[in-house]
Amino acid sequence: MSELTKLTIAEARDKLRSGDVTSTELTQACLDEIEKADALGAFVHKTPEIALKQAAAADARIQGGAENPMCGIPLGIKDLFCTQGVPSQAASNILDGFKPEYESTVTTQLWQAGSVMLGKLNMDEFAMGSSNETSTYGNAVNPWKVDDRALTPGGSSGGSASAVAADLCLAATGTDTGGSIRQPAAFTGITGLKPTYGRVSRWGIIAFASSLDQAGPMTKSVRDAAIMLGAMAGHDPKDSTSADLPVPDFEAAITGDIRGKKIGIPKEYRIDGTPAEIEKLWAEGAEMLRDAGAEIVDISLPHTKYALPTYYVIAPAEASSNLARYDGVRFGRRAKLAQGDGITEMYEKTRAEGFGAEVQRRVMIGTYVLSAGFYDAYYNRARKVRALIKRDFDQAFEAGVDAILTPATPSAAFGLGEMTDADPVQMYLNDVFTVTVNLAGLPGISVPTGLDAKGLPLGLQLIGRPWEEGDLLNIAGSLETAAGFVAKPGRWW
Amino acid sequence: MSIDTDTARRVAKLARIKVEDDALPALAGEFNAILGFIEQLNEVDVEGIEPMTSVTPMRLKRREDVVTDGGYQEKVLANAPDAREGFFAVPKVVE
Repeated sequence: MSELTKLTIAEARDKLRSGDVTSTELTQACLDEIEKADALGAFVHKTPEIALKQAAAADARIQGGAENPMCGIPLGIKDLFCTQGVPSQAASNILDGFKPEYESTVTTQLWQAGSVMLGKLNMDEFAMGSSNETSTYGNAVNPWKVDDRALTPGGSSGGSASAVAADLCLAATGTDTGGSIRQPAAFTGITGLKPTYGRVSRWGIIAFASSLDQAGPMTKSVRDAAIMLGAMAGHDPKDSTSADLPVPDFEAAITGDIRGKKIGIPKEYRIDGTPAEIEKLWAEGAEMLRDAGAEIVDISLPHTKYALPTYYVIAPAEASSNLARYDGVRFGRRAKLAQGDGITEMYEKTRAEGFGAEVQRRVMIGTYVLSAGFYDAYYNRARKVRALIKRDFDQAFEAGVDAILTPATPSAAFGLGEMTDADPVQMYLNDVFTVTVNLAGLPGISVPTGLDAKGLPLGLQLIGRPWEEGDLLNIAGSLETAAGFVAKPGRWW
Repeated sequence: MSIDTDTARRVAKLARIKVEDDALPALAGEFNAILGFIEQLNEVDVEGIEPMTSVTPMRLKRREDVVTDGGYQEKVLANAPDAREGFFAVPKVVE
C-alpha cells in the first residue's frame, strides 16, 4: 500500500481518472504512513475523519467525471493556515486551543477542487526560523539521515518538507516570507515554489510580515508544483493585495523547450565561505540549462549583500504590528493573573508566556526600529534599500533575462541543535540566497539537483519575472529533467 | 548605536512583553548583535530613492463603503479566553 503515497500528483490524477485507484485508498495509505511517522514530528494535528469524508466525496466526483486535477489528492496543510474547526496555531503556545471559525482562502480553494486534508503540519513559531526548532510542538525532523544525528528539515515550512520528502502525503502547502518554502525544500530534496507576491491570497493565513508573505506548493516534482499552484492561485476580494489577474494553465506551460531563454548568473551570489560543492552544483546547473538550449549570461544584482539586513528590519517591523493582536483577549491563551493585576500585566504576562524566544526577539526588534527617533534611521532606510534591491532585478529583466539561477541554500541540512549557541544572525544567513526574492516580490522555485559528499540533497533556485510562474516552471522543469534527481531518504522512522 | 539595559527594558515595555530584570542584559546583547548587522544599511547611498510602499505596483481595489460582513457574535467570541454576556472580558481597568 505504501507505494501509493510515493505517487506524484500528476501520477495520482491519472490513476484516479482511469479508476486504478480511489481517493479513499490513496488517503488511507497516507493516513497509515502518518501513523508510523511520529518520529518525524511532521503532522502535529491529524484529521483522519475529515480526510476520509473528503476522499469519499472526491471519489463520487471522480466517478461523475471530474475534472479538477487536484480532486482526490491527499495533502498536508501548514499550521499557519486557518482551517475551520481544526487547531491552527502557527506552532505557537499563544494560540493554544485556537480553532478558527473560518477557512483560509487557499484551503477553501483546495477543498473546492476536491483535495483531501490529512492534517496540520509542523513549522517554526509564526514562521520565524530556518530550522523548525522554534515550534511549540517540538522539532520536525528531516527524513534524510547520514549518521546518528537528527537533521533539520529546514524552516519555517519544516513539517511540510519532511512530510512530502517522507511520502506521508502527496504534497503540502507552505508559506515563504524569506525562504521558508525554498530552503526546507532544498534541505529535503523536494520542489518548493514561492509565487509572485499577490498571486495567492493571504486571507486566513496567520500573518508574519504582510508585504513579504506568500503561500505556495511543496511537491515531489515541478509538474506537481504547477498543478497545485493552479488550485491555490487567484484573485480574492478578501485580500486587497491579491492580484486581479487571470490564472493561466501553469502545467501547460511546461513544454520542455527552453531554447533561446536567457538565464542570468548573478555574480553577487558568489559568497565567501560557500562550500565548493554548492559552487559546483551551481555551475553544473548552468551547464544543464545551456545544454537544453538556454543562453547563460553573467549579471549583476549590486544590492544583494544588503538584502538580509533589509529583511531583518522590515520583517520584524511588520511582525511587531501583526503580532500585536495576540493580547490574551480575543483568541488563544491568557496568562494566569495575580491578585491585583490589571490589563497591562495581562498583556505583558500573556505575551511573555505565549511567545517563544525568537518571536519575542523579533517583535521587540520590530518595535525598536519603528519607535520614535529610529523610524527614519532604520525602517525608512530599509524601505529605500528594498526599492534598490527590486530595481536591480527590474534592470536584469529589462535587459532580457528570463530567469536567474542561484544556489537555494548555503549548505545542506544541518543537525538539530547545532545552531543553538550561535548568534541569531548566524541562523539568518540560511536565507541569504532566497530573501531577495521576497523583498522584490518575485516568483522563486527550489529544485533538487544533487547530493553532497555525505549524501544529503542540495537544491538550486530559479527566480522568475513577476507573474511569469509558467515560464519559470518550464525552465525549472528542464533543470529537473537534466538533473534527474531521484534519490529518496532511507527509511529509519 | 548600542542598546543598554534601560533601552531593552523600554522596548520590552513598548512591545508589551514582560522581561525579568535579570534577563535584560542578555536581551540587550542580542539586540546589539542584530542591530550591528543592520547597521550595514548605512553604507548604501539612498539619496533620492523613495521608500518602497508596495512591492507590486498596483492600485488597491475600491468598493462601496457598506457593511458586507458580520452578524455572528457567537463565532467572534468562540475563541475568547473569557467572554461574558456577548462581550470580551478583561481585568478591571481603573484609570
